[in-house]
Amino acid sequence: MITLDQVSIRQGDFRLFDVDFRIPSGGYGILMGSSGCGKTTLLEAICGLRPVCDGRILLDDREVTRISPAAREIGYVPQDAALFPTMRVDRQIEFGMEVRRICRSDRRQRVEQLAELLGLKLVLKRYPPGLSGGERQRVALARALAFRPKLLCLDEPLNALDATTHLRLLELLKEVHQKEGVTVLHVTHNVEESQNLGTVHFCLEKGTVHQS
Amino acid sequence: MNAPEPEAELEADRSSPNERARHSVPGHAKSSDTCFWISMSLLGFFYLILIVSMIVVDFGFTSWQDIRESLADSRVQFSIALSLLSCTISAILSIWVAIPTGFVLARMGRAEITRRFGHKTWISKTCVGIRHGIDTLLDIPIVLPPLVVGISLLVLFQTPLGRLVDHRVGDFFSWLGYPGIRGVTYEIPAIIIAQFTVAAAFAIRTMRDTFEQISERPEQVAHTLGASRFQSFSRVSLPQAWRGIVAGFTLAWARSLGEFGPILIFAGTSRLKTEVLSTTVYLNFQFGNLRGAVVASLILVCIAIAVLVVTRVLTLGDPDTRRRLS
Repeated sequence: MITLDQVSIRQGDFRLFDVDFRIPSGGYGILMGSSGCGKTTLLEAICGLRPVCDGRILLDDREVTRISPAAREIGYVPQDAALFPTMRVDRQIEFGMEVRRICRSDRRQRVEQLAELLGLKLVLKRYPPGLSGGERQRVALARALAFRPKLLCLDEPLNALDATTHLRLLELLKEVHQKEGVTVLHVTHNVEESQNLGTVHFCLEKGTVHQS
Repeated sequence: MNAPEPEAELEADRSSPNERARHSVPGHAKSSDTCFWISMSLLGFFYLILIVSMIVVDFGFTSWQDIRESLADSRVQFSIALSLLSCTISAILSIWVAIPTGFVLARMGRAEITRRFGHKTWISKTCVGIRHGIDTLLDIPIVLPPLVVGISLLVLFQTPLGRLVDHRVGDFFSWLGYPGIRGVTYEIPAIIIAQFTVAAAFAIRTMRDTFEQISERPEQVAHTLGASRFQSFSRVSLPQAWRGIVAGFTLAWARSLGEFGPILIFAGTSRLKTEVLSTTVYLNFQFGNLRGAVVASLILVCIAIAVLVVTRVLTLGDPDTRRRLS
């Protein structure tokens, strides 16, 4: 469960204020809003990549507002996937578990499991420059899921994909959510994604969030 | 007179703009393109001729016999060995300092400062000012006349703290079993410090530019995956910077090889003691041995070319690395 309690973010002239919302455990939250309204900023603040001026962020009743991104247990898939260019796909998926010192056999098992679920078996030994747009997003998703985060933050993960890949990944996200049972916060401005995936819907407008 | 076929007329009308373009523009464009490329390349070409001429004339001025004799001379052998050793040590020190410094400078740029502290806040303005100040200070060794660097180092090692370091370095080398090196000033460590002072500034610039080209996003994602700052840096950003590291190391090495002014003032030109290749050129020239000076210069030229070729091969030769980094 993720709860935002009166969260305010300020960056130069840009402000988000009194952001209040809650996604229950295992829920799929959709955050919509027009371009430039601060969706990514809010997501980055939840992940700990941007400072919060005021308010509290609670993850399963644990306050994480001021703690480092590394200690938050939040998986993050940015819009551009941000894969590590010099790391092989399998090592990339392992990364979160490796830094947590999870034993090698468990890591390998989890990589196999995610590769099976996300259809990445054939690209495990490849480097990111050799991947297609859809593959990149699936690798980023696998990497974020690998260490079993409490919350998965997706920043427009299906943007810039062709219609067929978009539809396939949409179905895949639904399947991943059901099988992994993770709480998801998905930022998008695509109504189809919102209707197909969301169990809770929010709209970011005029610097604050409204439940829709 | 036969009227033109309607279809043919239509075809002619349809193709007329293209036809016009084909007849009027290409000839003009072609000659204009040629003039443009020739005029743009001409000055560079003259510079290229200047470089090649200098090297060719150097080779013409001397003979293989002179080169062989010089290479057999123990003094020249000593200066080659000392040059290679001191350049390698100063390049390693330079890149060791340049990697973290370049990273900090790249990640604490104006964009990051304004992102953190806003556009017009006093703290943002102060941080941007400090950042510019640090940048300027780090560039000082690049713009300072080399002799000034040498004199400044000499004065620095005359201060109480400098003297203390001087003594400690002497003690350290005695402990290592090299009592001949009695301190820093006018000894081999002075050569390395003089080379490092200038070379590090170039290496820092290279590393700063390298890290500025590398996106911060993967680093941030690594952080959310549980990596510490150091792990994000060492596992994600540093491997991406390897080309910059090779370039920075080469630049620092080549810069150290050519260093003369600071070495002359700070380390002196004692034969078989603090004589590196650049000082060999100077000493030979001073004593009227122009042929010896030219031979030493040619050795410098050959080493520099060898280093540049090796660097090119290292950075461009591995197709797997190229594919990975493309």
